[in-house]
Amino acid sequence: MLDNLTEKFDSIFKKLRGHGRLTEENIKEALREVRLVLLEADVNFKVVKDFVEAVRERAVGQDVLKSLTPAQQVIKVVRDELGRLMGEGEDNRLDFGGRPPVAVMLCGLQGAGKTTSCGKLALKLRRDKRNPLLVPADVYRPAAIDQLKTVGRQLDIPVYDSQPDQDPVAICEAARRFAELNGYDTLILDTAGRLHIDATLMGELVRIKESLAPKEILLVADAMTGQDAVNVAASFDEQLSLTGVILTKLDGDARGGAALSIRAVTGKPIKLVGLGEKMDALEVFHPDRMAQRILGMGDVLSLIEKA
Amino acid sequence: AKTQGALVGRLDSLLSGRRVDDELLDDLEELLITADFGMATTGDVIQALRGRVARGEMSPAALRTALREELRERLKLEAGALDLNQAQPFVIMVVGVNGVGKTTTIGKLARQFTAQGKRVVLGAGDTFRAAAAEQLAIWGERAGVEVIRHGEGADPAAVAFDAAKATLARKADVLILDTAGRLHTKVNLMEEMKKIRRVLGREIPGAPHETLLVLDATTGQNALIQARLFKEAVEVSGIALTKLDGTAKGGMVVAIGAELGLPVRYVGIGEGVDDLRPFDPDLFVDALFRES
Ligand SMILES: Nc1nc2c(ncn2[C@@H]2O[C@H](COP(=O)(O)OP(=O)(O)OP(=O)(O)O)[C@@H](O)[C@H]2O)c(=O)[nH]1
Ligand SMILES: Nc1nc2c(ncn2[C@@H]2O[C@H](COP(=O)(O)OP(=O)(O)OP(=O)(O)O)[C@@H](O)[C@H]2O)c(=O)[nH]1
Ligand SMILES: [Mg+2]
Ligand SMILES: [Mg+2]
Repeated sequence: MLDNLTEKFDSIFKKLRGHGRLTEENIKEALREVRLVLLEADVNFKVVKDFVEAVRERAVGQDVLKSLTPAQQVIKVVRDELGRLMGEGEDNRLDFGGRPPVAVMLCGLQGAGKTTSCGKLALKLRRDKRNPLLVPADVYRPAAIDQLKTVGRQLDIPVYDSQPDQDPVAICEAARRFAELNGYDTLILDTAGRLHIDATLMGELVRIKESLAPKEILLVADAMTGQDAVNVAASFDEQLSLTGVILTKLDGDARGGAALSIRAVTGKPIKLVGLGEKMDALEVFHPDRMAQRILGMGDVLSLIEKA
Repeated sequence: AKTQGALVGRLDSLLSGRRVDDELLDDLEELLITADFGMATTGDVIQALRGRVARGEMSPAALRTALREELRERLKLEAGALDLNQAQPFVIMVVGVNGVGKTTTIGKLARQFTAQGKRVVLGAGDTFRAAAAEQLAIWGERAGVEVIRHGEGADPAAVAFDAAKATLARKADVLILDTAGRLHTKVNLMEEMKKIRRVLGREIPGAPHETLLVLDATTGQNALIQARLFKEAVEVSGIALTKLDGTAKGGMVVAIGAELGLPVRYVGIGEGVDDLRPFDPDLFVDALFRES
């Protein structure tokens, strides 16, 4: 893919090599390729439009540097702009400040990877010397509570003992009291998967938020998501004011344009990425790597960075 | 379900009072891209429409019809719902990447088949994910069918073996085997699936008679790669498209139909036991143009 884009750019800019400056006219074709690459990576249509516009503005008028070919130069603008949009250099650490127990709420569409991510997060927090309590607040999906309890058993991390006939808000409140009494400093709330257009279930999350005041409200999103990622993310953010995102299933071959879409529409940082089904497959998010992945680029970028 | 309310067509508002020109085709292109048709199919469909437009005056209504024809042609309509009478017992193996809705779809299918008077057995072939067998067991209860399961971490091929034996012993009509979610890029897990398939075929001649790939409608272009690789590995014969009750349109199935000839057999429109429908291409195409 990268070779693809570089090659295409090279042939587009053949005539420009070594002299002149980048103009609207001579980067037009290159921008068309950029648009295509991003759309093929599942970046949302409107986000792509804005992005290409931003690249055009930054590229036009630049002198063609001696150290880079015009093709590399445009790629560098694309890459820098993408990095900026992905939140390069921003702080994307989780915030657990405040009086314990501190709550973290995970939410998202059905099957995105919430329950698995709760387990992974609990493991990570324990390694950071915190004392987490897993809270199963999904009373709808068959065996959802069992699933979290099984995960907790595997990790040897305690799971609050909820039952499917309880109210999710009540579960969370009871779990907080339990944590206060037993010295747990972090509550990890596993909520049921739901559609962003499901008013009743979204209302339930709002009530959990109001009652528990979670420090972190994380949207768990599947890296394979297509154009709809923006609708989902914008809607969850609108209703809950997210603090960040966990992007799952990045161990596959999806280009992950959803990352850019979500970041662009919510402005909220992607904090963690899921890279497998195992409990240690959770990593901090690297905007630069994500930018390269979306562009389908490998090492050439690091070459450009040195130029 | 919930999206059913908003019937104001996006295409209608796109077409009303406009001339069929380049600008309109650009808008149509946007509509297809945002419905996850993918760049190749979108380009292809738009080009076909351009060709038709170039051949003569076209009214917006005619354009709508032309678009519908172009899409339907790519959707491989000839294959309909499953014919369970093709084999006795009829064996369905359900596969797909993580979290798409395999287990849920199996629960819904079991209910439909029992309602048709069939005796159904379910096999809990996901021995990996936490509480996967418990989840299927609950669906089995809801549908009133028996679930064959082993402990966590057991060999899924052994579950397949026992499920096939049980199906024969009970003289059941249908066996549906659940499998663990797996990404198509994981070579060892794809091999494991092939082994499960071989075991089924050894115990029941011709099994599996249907290998159903479950795809999540919110998935973008990766769905085509999933379909390609799962088909290569285990001869997928049909698709169930889930989560169409959300705002995603599932447009990738058009590319999948065109490239791989895989028919969509079912669509999932909710989490309830009755939220499974046979795929209706007309409804699908109409839904593309529904305001979300
Ligand atoms: N390959 C891979 N699979 C993952 C990852 N995260 C989760 N999964 C798998 O995705 C599937 C769904 O994960 P869950 O944690 O049950 O998802 P959920 O969001 O809790 O699902 P619901 O509660 O039903 O909405 C499971 O098969 C997980 O093993 C990941 O990062 N990579
Ligand atoms: N809204 C909606 N949710 C669905 C649909 N089908 C399944 N789900 C939900 O999607 C989530 C995942 O479903 P599962 O059946 O567990 O998916 P799976 O493919 O078996 O997952 P793994 O076994 O972990 O790979 C659950 O929360 C289901 O309730 C559907 O058609 N619409
Ligand atoms: Mg869950
Ligand atoms: Mg399953």
